[in-house]
Amino acid sequence: MRINTREELEARRAEYAASLKTQRKQILICAGTGCVAGGSLNIFAKMQEILIARGIKCSLVLEKEPHDDSVGLKKSGCHGFCEMGPLLRIEPEGILYVKVKVEDCEEIIEKSIVGDEVIERLVYHDQNGEAYEKQDDIPFYKQQTRVALEDCGRINAESIKEYIAVGGYSAVAKALFDMTPQQIVDEVNEACLRGRGGGGFPTGRKWAQVLAQKEETKYVVCNGDEGDPGAFMDRSMMEGDPHRVIEGMLIAGIATGAHYGYIYVRAEYPLAVERLQTAINKAEEKGLLGENILNSGFDFDLKISQGAGAFVCGEGSALTASIEGNRGMPRVKPPRTVEKGLFEKPTVLNNVETYCNVPPIITKGAEWYKSIGPDNNHGTKAFALTGNVMNTGLIEVPMGTPLRKVIFDIGGGVKGGDFKAVQIGGPSGGCLCISATEDHLDLHLDFDSLKKVGAMIGSGGLVVMNDKSCMVEVARFFMNFTQNESCGKCIPCREGTKRMLELLNDICEGRGTMQHITLLEELASTISATALCGLGKTAASPVVSTMKYFREEYLAHVVDKKCPAGQCKALVTLQIDPELCKGCSKCARLCPVGAISGEVKKPFTIDTSKCIKCGACMEGCNFHAVKEV
Amino acid sequence: MEKKEQKVLDEILKAHDYSQTAVIAIMQDIQKVYRYLPEDALCYIARKLDLSEAKVYGVATFYENFSLEPKGKYVIKICDGTACHVRKSTAILDEIRSLLGVTESKPTTDDMMFTVETVSCLGACGLAPVCTVNDEVHPAMTPEKARALIEQLKEGKAAGEEAADEN
Repeated sequence: MRINTREELEARRAEYAASLKTQRKQILICAGTGCVAGGSLNIFAKMQEILIARGIKCSLVLEKEPHDDSVGLKKSGCHGFCEMGPLLRIEPEGILYVKVKVEDCEEIIEKSIVGDEVIERLVYHDQNGEAYEKQDDIPFYKQQTRVALEDCGRINAESIKEYIAVGGYSAVAKALFDMTPQQIVDEVNEACLRGRGGGGFPTGRKWAQVLAQKEETKYVVCNGDEGDPGAFMDRSMMEGDPHRVIEGMLIAGIATGAHYGYIYVRAEYPLAVERLQTAINKAEEKGLLGENILNSGFDFDLKISQGAGAFVCGEGSALTASIEGNRGMPRVKPPRTVEKGLFEKPTVLNNVETYCNVPPIITKGAEWYKSIGPDNNHGTKAFALTGNVMNTGLIEVPMGTPLRKVIFDIGGGVKGGDFKAVQIGGPSGGCLCISATEDHLDLHLDFDSLKKVGAMIGSGGLVVMNDKSCMVEVARFFMNFTQNESCGKCIPCREGTKRMLELLNDICEGRGTMQHITLLEELASTISATALCGLGKTAASPVVSTMKYFREEYLAHVVDKKCPAGQCKALVTLQIDPELCKGCSKCARLCPVGAISGEVKKPFTIDTSKCIKCGACMEGCNFHAVKEV
Repeated sequence: MEKKEQKVLDEILKAHDYSQTAVIAIMQDIQKVYRYLPEDALCYIARKLDLSEAKVYGVATFYENFSLEPKGKYVIKICDGTACHVRKSTAILDEIRSLLGVTESKPTTDDMMFTVETVSCLGACGLAPVCTVNDEVHPAMTPEKARALIEQLKEGKAAGEEAADEN
């Protein structure tokens, strides 16, 4: 049913909130991509089946006339603690169960839903075996500050009613009725919100530029083409709290006088597309999108545009070209997107996380927002914490949080070795590390501090690497990525990245010389200075930053023909230590090419001419007898 | 092109109001039906949308997700994003390729059952390394799990074919 006025919105909010309150218990099952892959939808189905079989009143949606004592069963967005998935949260207690299996469902209902018991074995235990019943007490969550991810994992991701119940669309109402467009722009400017997509450009200034344009048709575009490998913040927000993205875009529309919006979502995120589409349909039904929103006279139409697999489309002008149905290639700027963007019209283009920060700034004000984070870098930042880290997942911390806190206190430390480096900002970013000359662990994660050390916050991917990672190989990996994704329009990027990749391949495969290193440096500076778009300009960053901090590793590859981390296969050979080998024959059975032979109960040997250095023997050996030399 | 195929394409075009700017969405829908973009289909939509064939071809070849070659029944994508890469996704890719006898340049098996591709970050980094089979995510892969998965798909395929024979 359509919500016609602001008063009606508030009345409905009270009604939905009351309905939510009558649910005696709520079971929130994480339905983010990670937990779904872990089988969380089966758990949802099983829970429903058991509740029905036991005759427990179960509410899948908020009902108009709620039954007291019912149990709310819902699919929530990403809780963030992906390492421990599938996750299940029980409200109102705030209990979190981790690694839940279908077989656990019966016990959960019996003990924690019908009864009020906590099942000890399903709660999170830290490395010291200490148990945490409540989600908010777990160190991983306790040290986070959630603004953009506030509702993610706390409400039903598919329900507009629950979003409204927790205060949703009140920022839109405030923007429509209590503020002028200029005031909205001023508030965002005052809050010093900077673009979360990587550049860190002040959002308020961007909006002001679009507001100043005389054109009648303007657009609001959301960049959901989160292509950086190792980043999934935007995906989680689109999947877990789609209405917040819509609300942020609506406010941008109200502020700049734009009546059309597009959300550009990459093709690899089918669940995000589905949830956003559901959310748009429901918002249209309720009259929160479409004509005459809340009887204010303001119209706003929103569409999803799906990408088709091109990293470069994350660049503004390439993204708009793709929405227009063209090859997604960047163009020369100026004119900038705020002047001539989508369909040659003035366009507000921000990323998902930026829009998610807008509603609380409008409702709570710039002063509140500025209380978080250091000067000129206010607010929070979501990071995807991945790689060799104990607690993989999605986190949100105040800007300026030290790297050490993120990796060790929240991330739980490094997995499988000691901390070596963290790649920040994806293929355009650089690495932060502990090396012979540097120690970045106490560095503050914000736009300005990172800029000083030649790295960037980027979209927020943090890939942790332990001491078994080869930095030359990492640089080669990113160059391979960028080279693959280069759109081919400008020569520096198209040819330059190809040549750089060839040089890196040579180094990793033992053909490197000192000239390779000089040439890499020369190419890096040429590409950075001459490439057309941001992707090209920053393509060399991973190489430049690893060369700066791990020069000795490059030298080891070209001079000694050794890979200190033992990652570059061409530079290592595998051997079995006869002292440690018990002759169990497991390695010979694991070897995919039959390179290992020997007599049972006597030391086995590897035929290096046959060995493909896949490492299967090394991983499989129970006695750590297989060594890289 | 047969009438029946034209009808399929016409329906897709109509759903997008014959809009030139929707050409990417139209091609995505076509690919959902055929699992690739047949040349005839591209020529047909170019005519209907009043775009040049070159333009349509240009768009189709620009984006990674479009394929001008038919793909297998099971499309296996191994994620080679950073997180998966540092958790050793290459070993899984090598294992699956060698099991199915495919390579980077010849990604599809002769019986048109399997296509093996790499994909840049699926955003399921928490579960690294991952692969997907027709968009279903398989988490925390190892070469052993990859072998079991291929076995299972092959058996499923055999079972499916028997069932088809009975009908």
